[in-house]
Amino acid sequence: MAERRRLDLDELSFRVVVGALSTAAVVVLVAPTVIVLLTSLTASASLRFPPDGLSFRWYRALAGAGQLQRAAGNSLYVAVVATAASAVLGTLGALGIARSRSRWARALDALFMSPLLLPALAFGFAALMAFSLAGLRLSWLTLAIGHIVVCAPIVVRTAVAALAQLDPALLESSASLGAGRLYTFRRVTLPLISRGIAAGAFLAFMASFDNVPVSLFLSDARTEVLPIHLWQIIETNLDVRAAAASGVLIVFTLLVMLLAERLAGLSRQLR
Amino acid sequence: MPARSDGEWRLALPVAAFFALFFVAPLGVLFVVSLFAEPTMQTLALRQYTRFLGDRLHLGILVDTLVLGVKATLVCLLLGYPLAWVIARARPRVQSLLVFVVILPLLTSVVVRTFAWIVILGRQGILNKTLLAVGLIDEPVRLLFTEPGVVMVLAQVQLPLMILPLLTTFQRIDPHLADASAALGAGQWRTFARVIAPLSLPGVAAGCVLVYAACVTAFVTQTLIGGARLVWVPLFMYQQATGANDWPFAAAISIVFMFAVLFVVVLINAAGRGRRALVHG
Repeated sequence: MAERRRLDLDELSFRVVVGALSTAAVVVLVAPTVIVLLTSLTASASLRFPPDGLSFRWYRALAGAGQLQRAAGNSLYVAVVATAASAVLGTLGALGIARSRSRWARALDALFMSPLLLPALAFGFAALMAFSLAGLRLSWLTLAIGHIVVCAPIVVRTAVAALAQLDPALLESSASLGAGRLYTFRRVTLPLISRGIAAGAFLAFMASFDNVPVSLFLSDARTEVLPIHLWQIIETNLDVRAAAASGVLIVFTLLVMLLAERLAGLSRQLR
Repeated sequence: MPARSDGEWRLALPVAAFFALFFVAPLGVLFVVSLFAEPTMQTLALRQYTRFLGDRLHLGILVDTLVLGVKATLVCLLLGYPLAWVIARARPRVQSLLVFVVILPLLTSVVVRTFAWIVILGRQGILNKTLLAVGLIDEPVRLLFTEPGVVMVLAQVQLPLMILPLLTTFQRIDPHLADASAALGAGQWRTFARVIAPLSLPGVAAGCVLVYAACVTAFVTQTLIGGARLVWVPLFMYQQATGANDWPFAAAISIVFMFAVLFVVVLINAAGRGRRALVHG
């Protein structure tokens, strides 16, 4: 009897502790998103939660925020360019290293992954100095190159994972049926790893769109990107338009994420 | 096999060239610049390194940053570990909902997520209002621009990076092991401590490495929540690089910081592996 009660207490305390902590974690994960969305709907001129009355006035105010819109356009442009280049470079890189056991392939693997491990701020600063010492002025191109360096590794990673699941027998049968290498790649390999590449490209897009450490050094007044502009607004005058812009970004992220889930099974790729 | 993969690695060459030119070369430049004694880059010396490592104030910034990462990572682990366990054990529908809850913030802009916490932590923020209403405090506490505030926000912002690798590890643990442990008379806590926790160590190490590296370099969160008075390495390095235009000093700070972070990451990995060897041996 005493034994039984001890067991129940054990079970109960375990459930209470795990339950309480994981509930706290879920609240902490969800709350910021909900709070930003609700705050952005405030009718007053100050950031307050709960908001004083609901209105879309700050969303309407975004229509007149030229600088914010320009920054968003710049971010979108750089992210599209960086994503396209990362998808091509990342896929090539993955094809080169995924099935080779050679020492060179291992070394290249380490090289391709290292931008993900090193502090991006240090890389951003290093790139600024390198471009400036090479006599190159900051431009769209230098900003995009900086973004590609931090985004291509993401595609390499998901494409390598997709290639690892590819059955080599399929490639052998294709070859034995007389298909050339390029034909096999186009008709067998590429369709089978396309979801992996797509998932990597989605992640690369979000990483570029949200990048601060590299843009901090490589973007200037002309190429100012959205996260930097928002960061400045929040740091200087904490305007409610920042909440509305955040609201737009949350909805945008949600849409991109649902699309990525549909097209590429994103959540499976992340694990 | 050799015939097929033969020469395939050459596909990676253009990519390797791109990385050599735009990643390795800039890092080389970073190192060379750090060896100059003055911003005008005339003489070579190790002066920048002694300036950073030999000064109590500067060294304090480095240590504070490394410790900040440890604190935030521990909070992250405390919250993330149980949730990852619950997600791994949940029914499929609940599981996909919870995975969604974890991934959405991961993909949402860091600036947006940090901004939310300004609304939560401010003097008129939700947390202060709630604590006042409940009667736990008599007047608003300062949370913004304090180190505990930064630790809390960092832990929240990086939480998905902790949960995802843990989830993968939990899903690989054979559920029969816990059943066997229970059948042999072990309670939940004992099963957890003796079976689940040791087997999850690789996931813990992986999650901690990702979260730690992200926390110590989190420029946006550190500056927005910490304000201008709390300075950690990323802001300090940025100020030296752009405000003071002292490139050699900023370069030396970057290099010391990179190696310091790498050192902690290696330590975490070694801890994860060392324990695992004990479990299997």
